[in-house]
Amino acid sequence: MKVHEYQGKQIFAKAGMPVQDGYIFDKIEDAESTIKRVQKDFNTEDVVVKAQIHAGGRGKGGGVKYSPNFDKALENAKNILGMNLVTHQTGEKGQLVRKVYVTEAFDIAEEYYAAITLDRGKGMDVFMVSSEGGVEIEKVAAETPEKIVKVWIDPLLGMKSFQARKLAYGLGLPKDAFKSAVKIFMQMYQTYQNIDATIVEVNPLILTTDGRVVVLDAKVNLDDNALFRHPDIAEMRDLNEEDPNEVEAAEFNLNYIKLDGNVGCMVNGAGLAMATMDIIKLAGGDPANFLDVGGTASAETVKNGFRIILSDDNVKAVLINIFGGIVRCDRVANGVVQAVKELGLKVPVVVRLEGTNAKEAQTILAESGVSIIPAVGMKDAAEKVVKAALSA
Amino acid sequence: MSILVNKDSKVVIQGITGSEGQFHGGQMLEYGTNVVAGVTPGKGGQSTLNNRVPVFNTVEEAVNETGANTSIIFVPPAFAAEAVMEASFAGIKVVVCITEGVPVHDMIKVKKVVDQNGTKLIGPNCPGIITVDECKLGIMPGFITKKGSIGVISKSGTLTYEAIDQLVNVGLGQTTAIGIGGDPIIGTTMKDCLELFEADPETEGIVMIGEIGGQMEIEAARWAKDHVSKPMVGFIAGQTAPPGRRMGHAGAIVSGGDDTAEAKMRILKESGIEVAESVADIGDLMKAAMENK
Repeated sequence: MKVHEYQGKQIFAKAGMPVQDGYIFDKIEDAESTIKRVQKDFNTEDVVVKAQIHAGGRGKGGGVKYSPNFDKALENAKNILGMNLVTHQTGEKGQLVRKVYVTEAFDIAEEYYAAITLDRGKGMDVFMVSSEGGVEIEKVAAETPEKIVKVWIDPLLGMKSFQARKLAYGLGLPKDAFKSAVKIFMQMYQTYQNIDATIVEVNPLILTTDGRVVVLDAKVNLDDNALFRHPDIAEMRDLNEEDPNEVEAAEFNLNYIKLDGNVGCMVNGAGLAMATMDIIKLAGGDPANFLDVGGTASAETVKNGFRIILSDDNVKAVLINIFGGIVRCDRVANGVVQAVKELGLKVPVVVRLEGTNAKEAQTILAESGVSIIPAVGMKDAAEKVVKAALSA
Repeated sequence: MSILVNKDSKVVIQGITGSEGQFHGGQMLEYGTNVVAGVTPGKGGQSTLNNRVPVFNTVEEAVNETGANTSIIFVPPAFAAEAVMEASFAGIKVVVCITEGVPVHDMIKVKKVVDQNGTKLIGPNCPGIITVDECKLGIMPGFITKKGSIGVISKSGTLTYEAIDQLVNVGLGQTTAIGIGGDPIIGTTMKDCLELFEADPETEGIVMIGEIGGQMEIEAARWAKDHVSKPMVGFIAGQTAPPGRRMGHAGAIVSGGDDTAEAKMRILKESGIEVAESVADIGDLMKAAMENK
């Protein structure tokens, strides 16, 4: 799960980290009062107006504006709220800005980078900092890897202060700032642990001209599997930032991701679902989605999956590919028949069922009277569904 | 021979009285797995699965009373990490964790503990392991397998079944098939499995099925280049997966660099592994590789 910058900062602030603070608004009539409140509460004339969407690259896309006075801030706020913000992470279609964050502004002396995430290969969390903040860290990693300082954290011991010191030394900070950076790094690690984060990233972490170290941006992603331990953070979820079909699918325990092609597919198991998408492509088609109905697919889940696939108007044909292990193919077949009878057969449907009770399933499909195209093996199934999509 | 489990494995089922434990416990007994004990805290002293299996409160008791040396875990995600640690500290040698949705922060700690204790953990979020006609320690359908000489390693459940089915269709049986799971942190890696299959005299060929995300396939391939003498066929799922999107498995996400399907396929090929471009070719390629060896 992702959270917005302002929510990430709330989490950081709770841990005691010094953040660039401010207030949020989502209705244009609240823009004026929000800006005035920030100016008053933070005793500042200039403010920063920041679009709140989940994608990165907001500054480059025009979603973050320094505003030297009230009039400029109001103008920026009006432009940013409701804009369609396109960044390298949103893709061409962009993301509608529904929330705007107005914050205090700082005079920046230096910009740094700090992040914690999992190093899968080592099986340990890695804490990375760099003196090259405010830019894309991937670029720093590729061009000047020596400017990134890393420490790996023993999962049974947690981060130790010598490690935080190593990170802070790597930034070449003046004495007082060094001390606050060490403290911030320890707090950042505690936060990462406490909330079951998969990544916490501060880019930039700044040194102000008057010597303070401040968190200017916050990226916080959480482990979906651990949200049960964090009901307060789970409430921060912003469904507006997610695809409505994917949200609906998740309610039915289906794992659905919409893609751009025209061949819908419904498969049990994530690996087989990916392999099915791949073989559709190899057969000359283009997958419209990834859909894993999971290990316990019932007639009901199959029906819901079918409905979600068909809600995408691009879909010209559907492939159902089930290898029954625990999932019984006869139940899946019943689900398919039921779905077709209830929802109608708007596009051709190719069905490949293998494994537990596959024979019974074929009988059910054959005797149901619904005009399904049966297939044997994945190659046959892919070729048939692509042919059906092309001739639709 | 085979790897990790065989007819002599003495199995304890953790979470045996839950619905998953009951269903799969029954299936495992039916397959012929030597299930000697079950564990559910608070239900010690009972017996279950038609009175065939005694239930204990702790894994330690189960080990002391029955000599169990292998465990399979069917407990909910919030308790799975503890269950693995309990088995590990009770001296269990091989632990399979079927549970899906174990928090990754838990798994980081678990991995460290099992490594220190010398426990072989398979999973979590995996279909388990099957040594054909000897021991089914998992949720895979046993009837699709056939005894033979191919070892199968996979991150995915149903894709493992698909590979087994194709192998059987071309007349190739299996020694052991192992589903290692698709989470970011798992107990047994592909390279670990390759080492075991290479050392197993009964295994004559290896199918390795990976997917996008992580570096495990690459690590395994690079090791195989210098150490595996047996014919290998590889497949990588997710050639059409868009970057930055998690494809079902928590670990199946392209985050840049070497973790795309394309990059992995290239490195597998460079390491001398026969790579199936299409999932439908796995069986045929393995057959050809066995005939040409």
